[in-house]
Amino acid sequence: MKRFLPPILTIFALVALNVLLPRVMNPYYFQVLMLIGINVVLAVSLNLVNGFTGQFSIGHAGFMAVGAYASAMFTLKIGAPFAASLTGVPLPVAQGIALLMALVAGGLLAAGAGWLVGLPSLRLRGDYLAIVTLGFGEIIRVVILNVNAIGGARGLPGIPPYATFFWVFGVVAIVIGLARNLAHSTHGRALFAIRDDEIAAEALGVDTTKYKVLAFVLGAFFAGVAGGLFAHFLSYLNPSSFTFIKSIEVIAMVVLGGMGSISGSVMAAIVLTLLPEVLRSVKDFRMVIYALMLIVLMITRPQGLMGTRELDLGALFGRKKAKVVS
Amino acid sequence: MTTPLLHLDKITMQFGGLKAVSEVDYAIHKGELVGLIGPNGAGKTTVFNCITGVYTPTQGKVMFEGRQISGMKANRIACGGITRTFQNIRLFSRLTCLDNVAVAAHPHHKAGLASAILQTPAFEADEKALKAQAFEMLDVLGLADYADQPATSLAYGQQRRLEIARALAGKPRLLLLDEPAAGLNPQESEELMTLITGIRKRFELTILLIEHDMKVVMGICERIAVLDYGVKIAEGTPVEIRSNPKVIEAYLGEEMPA
Repeated sequence: MKRFLPPILTIFALVALNVLLPRVMNPYYFQVLMLIGINVVLAVSLNLVNGFTGQFSIGHAGFMAVGAYASAMFTLKIGAPFAASLTGVPLPVAQGIALLMALVAGGLLAAGAGWLVGLPSLRLRGDYLAIVTLGFGEIIRVVILNVNAIGGARGLPGIPPYATFFWVFGVVAIVIGLARNLAHSTHGRALFAIRDDEIAAEALGVDTTKYKVLAFVLGAFFAGVAGGLFAHFLSYLNPSSFTFIKSIEVIAMVVLGGMGSISGSVMAAIVLTLLPEVLRSVKDFRMVIYALMLIVLMITRPQGLMGTRELDLGALFGRKKAKVVS
Repeated sequence: MTTPLLHLDKITMQFGGLKAVSEVDYAIHKGELVGLIGPNGAGKTTVFNCITGVYTPTQGKVMFEGRQISGMKANRIACGGITRTFQNIRLFSRLTCLDNVAVAAHPHHKAGLASAILQTPAFEADEKALKAQAFEMLDVLGLADYADQPATSLAYGQQRRLEIARALAGKPRLLLLDEPAAGLNPQESEELMTLITGIRKRFELTILLIEHDMKVVMGICERIAVLDYGVKIAEGTPVEIRSNPKVIEAYLGEEMPA
């Protein structure tokens, strides 16, 4: 039963904070907190591709956009009427079910796109793959920009704000738990092996095709879910939120945190979301200082904040560190 | 005569205008320890790459236990019972020694992705068994003390042994060793010979090895094939090979050290 304890405690904490935070917290701080949560999901999911498997993808904003628009359209067409029809159920629960369905729909569509982009990764490496993923991200954005049914350049307004603290940080917990369990399993080791030496991995029986596509699909799924949360938090989507710059922002988080380190990605997502906000006080110099701080950080810690190591949070839950059997 | 464990059926590997391997015919029987030698660039590693699926021979077939394996993907061949080491060490540099070996034990893992993510008890048991098995391999190669160390922190000779441990963890029936003694000092080579004969007995392996160190090849191999410019020029027992004029000529009159 012990292994069910952390999830149950997490759910309780999330419910309590969900009620408490919007009441006591300054709305601006609350918004920054929610954006941190969404960025953590993005960074950890990209880490599965770039950090764990060593595939250089720079189209993460594209997957996020697919998930954001797909889940928003799902809610507008199906989810919201469905939530309204659930009369006997308390409102937050009905809206939660609608959001969950929208997130899964958005995630699955993004995962499908991830599968498509994962296919060339079987033949391409390094910078060549990067260019393909970059192209993909731009195609998605340009398509959205030109499809009137989803708002085109005007954007898509009126998305119901279903993404509460509970859902955003629930997804954060899920994606971190998933990445952590993956990293400690034989499947995670297969991904690491591909990153370190693909030829050796294959010669030792690792199905590199399967695992590279798996990394892309999983990464894209959670990018899509993050996009869905983003849509249902801001209530408004615009193609300009999903430019190449957004992909670079997420890559910066993964690199700054340390390739392959989950806790590193989390910390870097927090730092890089907070930094531009904190620097608002210096006005015009904001982005200059932001860039300078990134440069200084990368010079002083080229391996990222955490390298490939992890912060051991297991101790918090009374778990023993995995010991080598002898 | 029984079907050989591995049969190279006139394999040719052509890269553009270059024939790296030309119509090599060779059979290895179960339980044998055979060597493949030849001057630099003779095509020895290319033969290995053809067997393990890194390349598909442009002509000819590779048969393993009576089934054709040429054209199969490298990972399927590895799961099917052939693992190898590399001439230029290819360890997973950011993983620990234990994890390096555990990767190779991966094909024998049963729990799926979902149970790994949910950390079901079945998965945990499976993972524990896998780690125990990987640890055993480290122990056989005398690397148990380094289980938690990163692979790159090992000394050169130990890294070579870690590669062997990794190849063994895949539970092969045929083990291919690509210059296992390269860069080792005489004493280490000596130990390596004992080690190779030891693991062969313990795991009932068939071993094919490429080696430049004649002392090692002549010392442990029962049969030797010699390649020169991609062509098999001789085959026989160490004694026969040592006195074969063609072999001596291929090595440019170099006297074969005893």
